[in-house]
Amino acid sequence: MAFTAKHLLGIRELSVEEITTILDSADSFKEVSTRAIKKVPTLRGKTVINFFFEASTRTRTSFEIAAKRLSADSINISASTSSVSKGETLIDTARNLEAMAPDAIVIRHPSPGVPHQLATMIDASIINAGDGAHEHPTQALLDAFTIRERKGRIAGLQIAIIGDIMHSRVARSNTHLLTKLGAHVRIAGPRTLIPPHYDKLIENSEGSVTVCRRVDEAIAGSDVVMMLRIQRERMTNAFFPSLKEYSVEYGLTLRRLELAAADCIVMHPGPVNRGIEISSEVADGSRSLILDQVTNGVAVRMAILFLLVATEG
Amino acid sequence: MKLLIKGGRIIDPSRQIDRTADLLIEDGLVKSIEETLPGDEAEVFDASGFVVAPGFVDLHVHLREPGEEYKETIASGAAAAVAGGFTSICAMPNTQPVNDNASVTRFIIDKARDAGLARVYPVGAITHGSAGEELAEFAEMKEAGAVAVSDDGRPVMNSQVMRHALEYAHDHGLVVVDHAQDLNLSADGVMHEGRYSTLLGLKGMSSGAEENHVARDVMLAELTGARIHIAHISTAGSVELVRRAKQRGLPVTCEVTPHHLALTDAAVVGFDTNTKMNPPLRSEDDLVALIEGVRDGTIDAIATDHAPHHSDEKMLEYDRAPSGVVGLETALGVALTVLHHTAGIPLTRIIEMLTIGPARAFSLSCGTLALGSPADVTVFVAEREWTCNPQRFKSKSRNSPFAGWNLRGQVLKTFIGGQNVRG
Repeated sequence: MAFTAKHLLGIRELSVEEITTILDSADSFKEVSTRAIKKVPTLRGKTVINFFFEASTRTRTSFEIAAKRLSADSINISASTSSVSKGETLIDTARNLEAMAPDAIVIRHPSPGVPHQLATMIDASIINAGDGAHEHPTQALLDAFTIRERKGRIAGLQIAIIGDIMHSRVARSNTHLLTKLGAHVRIAGPRTLIPPHYDKLIENSEGSVTVCRRVDEAIAGSDVVMMLRIQRERMTNAFFPSLKEYSVEYGLTLRRLELAAADCIVMHPGPVNRGIEISSEVADGSRSLILDQVTNGVAVRMAILFLLVATEG
Repeated sequence: MKLLIKGGRIIDPSRQIDRTADLLIEDGLVKSIEETLPGDEAEVFDASGFVVAPGFVDLHVHLREPGEEYKETIASGAAAAVAGGFTSICAMPNTQPVNDNASVTRFIIDKARDAGLARVYPVGAITHGSAGEELAEFAEMKEAGAVAVSDDGRPVMNSQVMRHALEYAHDHGLVVVDHAQDLNLSADGVMHEGRYSTLLGLKGMSSGAEENHVARDVMLAELTGARIHIAHISTAGSVELVRRAKQRGLPVTCEVTPHHLALTDAAVVGFDTNTKMNPPLRSEDDLVALIEGVRDGTIDAIATDHAPHHSDEKMLEYDRAPSGVVGLETALGVALTVLHHTAGIPLTRIIEMLTIGPARAFSLSCGTLALGSPADVTVFVAEREWTCNPQRFKSKSRNSPFAGWNLRGQVLKTFIGGQNVRG
């Protein structure tokens, strides 16, 4: 099908057909990265700006490599929100970016909704690379790509997402995407870090998300276990007592993983806190797809850039 | 100097009047209301087909002067008020400097007199700098013209300070107004905590953060016997707490804003910062409970919480943009559209909440067409539909969530002391 969307702001706005188109395109782009000369001329003459208001190594590098392998000119801009005074951020950001006439802007920002706001002010395609605790659509797409590649399907799978759901854009985007493709999502973590009504997140899809009271309950029989990074600063706001207790109660260990389906795969968006939310044995074990996720990230982002930018006049 | 407002539907809930009649104004005062009055020597305004009501009273506006005149001035705010049919407005003290002493109170009154439009009643701060610690000089501010005290936007967290404020204000005949919000519970919230805050990844303020303080205030009213007014209630639980307090005869009153009656947190999807206010837009269930509270008399007043902000400030990230929306020029249209034309609440009840309801809550002498009282009169058409265009506001600011809405109910004339001030 033709891909007509101009922006990639979130998974919530995507149809199943659009998601499938992205994943199918990523399949063909993955091969490019295995060639001796890892470059195609698809986006020659196009400009992609990676505008990151938050520190990021993995996502920014992944986007940069994706753009370069498509022959686009990619520029990285980092800005710290703390250095920009109030009243001059968003609108000036928009005007400055517009002045550089980019074809696509990849934006990461700590405030939810910034990509959506920019999309109303700017002519270029906006790609959300993470906005606060709202969405991180390219991560969810690469996760889905990775699951599909290994399992052959997403529909009907039991997928556990565990950890700090409240502050996680990865959890939200994955919940949207995986339920759209017919999986069942199980959520677990400290009650303090699960936002209200999470089980009703998805419109018209009652029962596709279950919030479990215990991690073991979420893992039992799961086909995929996705662990989320826990931030040390959460302790100071009384979300949970200590990292030690967190690792015991909520961490993924080999023993806990035995509760899952025999062919269960383990994922983590990174960066990993070894020994806290996931033990090294699991992270480095045969069921872990953590590095496949990173590899697939480039292919998925190539597909997204291609679909959004190349099809534009 | 005589003015005859002829043939209008006169609705004055302060005296249970709702009939077609003539209203004669002489020397700025209400002279008489009769079925037909002779028009000789008087200027005549034909009001047939229109509603003639006491001038509207708004207990809750932010005029931004002194200190933030780029958002609004007392003069521009007063012009917005009369454009919206409000003849009396209460100015919240969170200016720069804070209205926590008689000099600032007098400054506001002088500026309002110079503007010569709506009557402006200053609300003094509860504590110095609204810092929540030491009481401001209530008696001196009252002497200078303050009608109530409030630390609006910066709720008094220390319940002992609040208790003392209530006791001291009671002695001096001032009502204490509370912006009910437990700041610890609401933490860094920027919208209502519920399904939509989870969906959008924005930090939520729970209903409990408001209700916790409403419950505290009710208990303190009972403990002290002093009058307390809860500003802009927004949750079903708050309505129920006030309802029960009133059933028990406690001296508690409250107000609701038009935007909390018309919008829910679903409006935040899309991240338009004109949907950001404090208290935040709540759930559908809350909205239904608020309308019920209007219908059954639990809620005393419609107050706009008119909060002008410059468009540069609103054009920020959602979680960094300032809270608040303008409301003076859309209040009647929104209230009639939602409450009368949709929910079927009688006009008399809605006008009561715009006139004598708020006047009684703050013990103001306005809000009535009683014979001999100043002729503050608002004339409007209940049925007429108009499209809200913020560019046409008299307010200096444009931050309205109702831009582009078709509203039914439009103000035509606003008289203050018998003078037409709306043009």
